[in-house]
Amino acid sequence: MAVHPLRLSRFNITSLVLGLAFLYLPIIILVIYSFNASRLVTVWGGWSTRWYTELFNDRAMLDAAWMSLCVGVVSATLATLLGTLAAIALTRGAGFRGRTMMSGMLYAPLVMPEVITGLSLLLLFVALDAGRGFVTVTIAHTTLTMCFVTVVVQSRLAGIDRSLEEAAMDLGRDPLRAFLAVTLPLIWPAIAAGWMLAFTLSLDDLVIASFTTGPGSATLPIRIYSEVRLGVKPEINAICTLIVGFIAVVIVMASLASKLSSTRGESAAPL
Amino acid sequence: MSARRIFTAPARLAAIPPYVWMMLFFLVPFGFVLKISLSQTAIAQPPYLPVFGLSEGIAGLKASLAALSLDNFRLLVSDNLYLASYLRSVLVAVVSTLILLAVGYPIAYGMARLPRRWQGIAMMLVIVPFWTSFLIRIYAWINILQHDGLLNKVLLALHIVSTPVVWLSTDSAMYLGIVYSYLPFMILPLYATLAKQDPSLIEAAADLGVSRIDAFWLVTVPLSWRGVGAGALLCFIPIMGEFVIPDLLAGSNSLMIGQTLWLEFFTNKDWPVASATAIVLLGLLLIPLLVYDRLQRRQLEVR
Repeated sequence: MAVHPLRLSRFNITSLVLGLAFLYLPIIILVIYSFNASRLVTVWGGWSTRWYTELFNDRAMLDAAWMSLCVGVVSATLATLLGTLAAIALTRGAGFRGRTMMSGMLYAPLVMPEVITGLSLLLLFVALDAGRGFVTVTIAHTTLTMCFVTVVVQSRLAGIDRSLEEAAMDLGRDPLRAFLAVTLPLIWPAIAAGWMLAFTLSLDDLVIASFTTGPGSATLPIRIYSEVRLGVKPEINAICTLIVGFIAVVIVMASLASKLSSTRGESAAPL
Repeated sequence: MSARRIFTAPARLAAIPPYVWMMLFFLVPFGFVLKISLSQTAIAQPPYLPVFGLSEGIAGLKASLAALSLDNFRLLVSDNLYLASYLRSVLVAVVSTLILLAVGYPIAYGMARLPRRWQGIAMMLVIVPFWTSFLIRIYAWINILQHDGLLNKVLLALHIVSTPVVWLSTDSAMYLGIVYSYLPFMILPLYATLAKQDPSLIEAAADLGVSRIDAFWLVTVPLSWRGVGAGALLCFIPIMGEFVIPDLLAGSNSLMIGQTLWLEFFTNKDWPVASATAIVLLGLLLIPLLVYDRLQRRQLEVR
């Protein structure tokens, strides 16, 4: 093979290595320090799991974690249902009335500052006189995360050969059956990836949850935030490590799901 | 009638649930923000006047309409606190976006030049931090930047500084946190356009005797403006309204508008002023969106 003018230069490699190191080093350091025996976060006192033990005795933190998990599962499931329907409508329902409006409403929350989304939802809940807590946070997270699900599923749907659906319909399937039998199995990995993205976004959100939750029902990020404002604590390193580990498992599952689909001959899901 | 046409009917039905949901929980709430931004603050629960109601009939509606006022917006314009917050937000967002471009472009470019089979892995590696909690990533930096944190230890050990440097509660810490958090948002759109570029263009430039560096500036960069625009927008808009990063990493002497809004809402309990702040912020954010839309349209016309 001749020398390619597009080979990687030393500059390319350096910027890639530095960029990835920048992205990963802080998290790796955090994980290492969570196993530090010393109470002083920055003095290394040997390996220990004592902060994890202390964490499991922290009732308020565990309650917040449970609340976050429940909100995450329910809102991600709702968001996946709604987001998938929206993606189908946007890719398959050519030019229906209100399509521009709909895609506008679905793309705006992706970049909308969270303080605005949070404030507006809170004002709605107050006007409706809804008691704030689990339900309101779940609705808020569903609204935000369904937009991400839509984007993920939509890009997958757009890449699928529509002649497959048409062939199924030519063979006498009605459109709904054709969709369920042909298209749905093909977009399944994207739907799974969308659910996991929605779940992790919900688990992560601080600002919108702060606006829409009520007293006594703090989510995990709200709890962590109030502790972080008081300074660095080894227990916080431990809970953060657990969350990172948990999310790593979720990501591995998502990439396995998309691998599964690529072995069937299609390209991997975008996320 | 082709199969394609038949398919659109059920797909349109699928639009109904998400459409209704977004109307109810995205669009309608903005109506409330607008309404309350025109109300008066009150020491009550909820803390604003007037509360619209149809119970008092047309007369009541007229009375409450008459009570609406632009006072909150006048306050925003006349009080330097708000003006300074908006200006600081614009400044921080512009500077951060420029830094993000400078840092993200070489990384995205490097990714696009990788052999095909490596590109997917590189993309995955860039996306993964986006999945890990935002709050945790900021917290990780607090660990490193604090007075006796790792950064100061390294700098002292290497004799670069003689006394520990104050990193936390400074603007540099805030910019670092913003760049760190938003880097994937900048890299991915840039990578998407750079990876699609036809390599034969660079080869052609090389054949014409253009050096690699000149080819980069003359061919690669101008052809990637779409990715630059998308990445800049994806970063600029949310950074404008950022709350968590400046709150945890920057000092408290000058606030970004997201922090001012939060303060008005949670500490001062002044919901009408918080709402007015949100409306003005929303208006400001429309400007870059419209500019981008305009540029994209012009590009289409040229074709």
